[in-house]
Amino acid sequence: MDIHEYQAKEILNGFGVEVPPGALAYSPEQAAYRARELGGEKWIVKAQVHASGHGKAGGVKLCSSENEIHEAADSMFGRKLVTHQTGPEGKGIYRVYVEGAVPIDREIYLGFVLDRSSQRVMIVASSEGGMEIEEISAERPESIVRAIVEPAVGLQDFQAREIAFKLGIEAAMVQQMVRTLKGCYRAFTELDATMVEINPLVVTGDNRIVALDAKMTFDDNAMFRHPQISELRDKSQEDPRESRAADRGLSYVGLDGNIGCIVNGAGLAMATMDTIKLAGGEPANFLDIGGGATPERVAKAFNLVTSDQNVQAILVNIFAGINRCDWVAEGVVQALRANPVDVPVVVRLSGTNVEEGQKIIAQSGLPLIRATTLMEAAERAVGAWKNDLSQNTRVRAVQ
Amino acid sequence: MSILLDRDSKVIVQGITGKMARFHTKDMLDYGTNVVGGVVPGKGGETVEGVPVFNTVKEAVEATGANASLVFVPPPFAADSIMEAADAGIKYCVCITDGIPAQDMIRVKRYMYRYPREKRMVLTGPNCAGTISPGKALLGIMPGHIYLQGNVGIIGRSGTLGYEAAAQLKELGLGVSTSVGIGGDPINGSSFKDILKWFENDPETEVIAMIGEIGGPQEAEAADYIKNHVTKPVVAYVAGLTAPKGRTMGHAGAIISAFGESASEKVEILSAAGVTVAENPAVIGETIAGVIKAKAA
Repeated sequence: MDIHEYQAKEILNGFGVEVPPGALAYSPEQAAYRARELGGEKWIVKAQVHASGHGKAGGVKLCSSENEIHEAADSMFGRKLVTHQTGPEGKGIYRVYVEGAVPIDREIYLGFVLDRSSQRVMIVASSEGGMEIEEISAERPESIVRAIVEPAVGLQDFQAREIAFKLGIEAAMVQQMVRTLKGCYRAFTELDATMVEINPLVVTGDNRIVALDAKMTFDDNAMFRHPQISELRDKSQEDPRESRAADRGLSYVGLDGNIGCIVNGAGLAMATMDTIKLAGGEPANFLDIGGGATPERVAKAFNLVTSDQNVQAILVNIFAGINRCDWVAEGVVQALRANPVDVPVVVRLSGTNVEEGQKIIAQSGLPLIRATTLMEAAERAVGAWKNDLSQNTRVRAVQ
Repeated sequence: MSILLDRDSKVIVQGITGKMARFHTKDMLDYGTNVVGGVVPGKGGETVEGVPVFNTVKEAVEATGANASLVFVPPPFAADSIMEAADAGIKYCVCITDGIPAQDMIRVKRYMYRYPREKRMVLTGPNCAGTISPGKALLGIMPGHIYLQGNVGIIGRSGTLGYEAAAQLKELGLGVSTSVGIGGDPINGSSFKDILKWFENDPETEVIAMIGEIGGPQEAEAADYIKNHVTKPVVAYVAGLTAPKGRTMGHAGAIISAFGESASEKVEILSAAGVTVAENPAVIGETIAGVIKAKAA
């Protein structure tokens, strides 16, 4: 789960990380008013979206009067911000954060991630802050400092000092850097984050170490023990289809193709998408309805997949292990009787009692297209989609 | 003697009184697995499917001599259960639970390092379908009848995709020595490399099949290991060629976040290590059959 920059700053500040004075606003008027409250002479207005790279996309503006703040905020609200992380449709701006400008001496990159090789938390830092970490590793890989934290004892002072000295932090400020690093590590572990990124972390003209930007991502699996973090979820930043799926306990990722997929199991779902591509089509989604494939889940899955306007054919691929194919077939037939869909549906069942399952599909009276192998299923789904297109009308597949 | 699990393995089920656990306990017993007990704190003294329930893993081990465990405990308590098994002297543990926090798994892995290597429990999963040695024992939730007994060792991150592969093999008359699910989580008990070591030394395994997917370094680490240490032929399939970068595809660990983590990069790395890669999921069985044929020739 992602949260906004201002929320991440508030959290990290609670763990001893210094952040600039700032305030949230929901309108241009409020933005100007909050700047006056903050005081100072220069402010930064920042669009709050769940993506980095918003500086380049026009989501960050330096202002030196209330009028300028009003103008900057006004140009942001209601707009979609498109960055390399948002996809072409972008993410809506509904909140802006107004922050007092800070005199910058130098910029540092600081990231905390789950390192899957060592299976521990890894700190990644670089003296080349301000650039994305991908750019840093491409252009200045020698500037990157890495450290792995021993989980039994947590981040020790000496390790934090080593990082600080490698980054070239002045001796007088090393202790501040140690406090910042340890604060981030504690926030990461105590709140079950999967990523903490401060880019840039700046050394100010008056010798302070301040987080100018902040990003935190949390482990969805750990949200049961962090209700205060769950509350920060902002659905306006999510793909509506994906939030709907998540609310129904399904795992869904929207894609750009035309062939909707309903599959049980994540690996099989990806394999099905790959086979569709191989057969000359493009998958419209990833959807894992869970190993069990109960009739309720199948019905929910059909609702979800058909709510995507781009879907012009559907491929159902279920491997029934413990749950028999006949039972899954009943579920598919029931779901389609209750909620007919107007695109061709290809059904491929495999596993236990496959013949009985096929029989139920064949005798249902529904114009379902059957397939035996995975390749055949993908080819028929692509064929049905192309056929549908060539006739330039949507064949009513289910009465 | 198959790897990790055999007819003689004495199995306990942690969380045995849950609905799913009861169901699969019966399924495992029907398959011939030697399930000797269950553990649920506070329910010691009850029986489930004819096997006794204990309050702690230590009590279960003392009373039954159990050496293997299946963890069916809900996510908030699963890490604790795995550590309890490790501490009680269980040799092999499979964790089925999906949704364990990554920090908990970091703690579990760190905890297991307290034990010297020869005493350290082997953990596979979490978020996996389990392990099966066809015709001998089943420690998990997979449908036993789709596996023939044979000489192909399978290691996979995904449950149903592993079933798909096993079913394709059965269709071709090919069997499996042991199939090990290592699970779809970012921090897991055993990696491809860990299980490759077992199969390399297993006289019953002639060919090894790896079923990988996007995300994480473990396929690349396996490729490196295969190049230098594995003499048996290895076949691989990697799911997720069409998966977009930076998105989690169902499994918590199935996300491309660094170089070498996409399916095409993994295919390239594995091919370079001499692994035969099945180009699409529909030909996993055929590809394995081809490699067996070439080996025999």
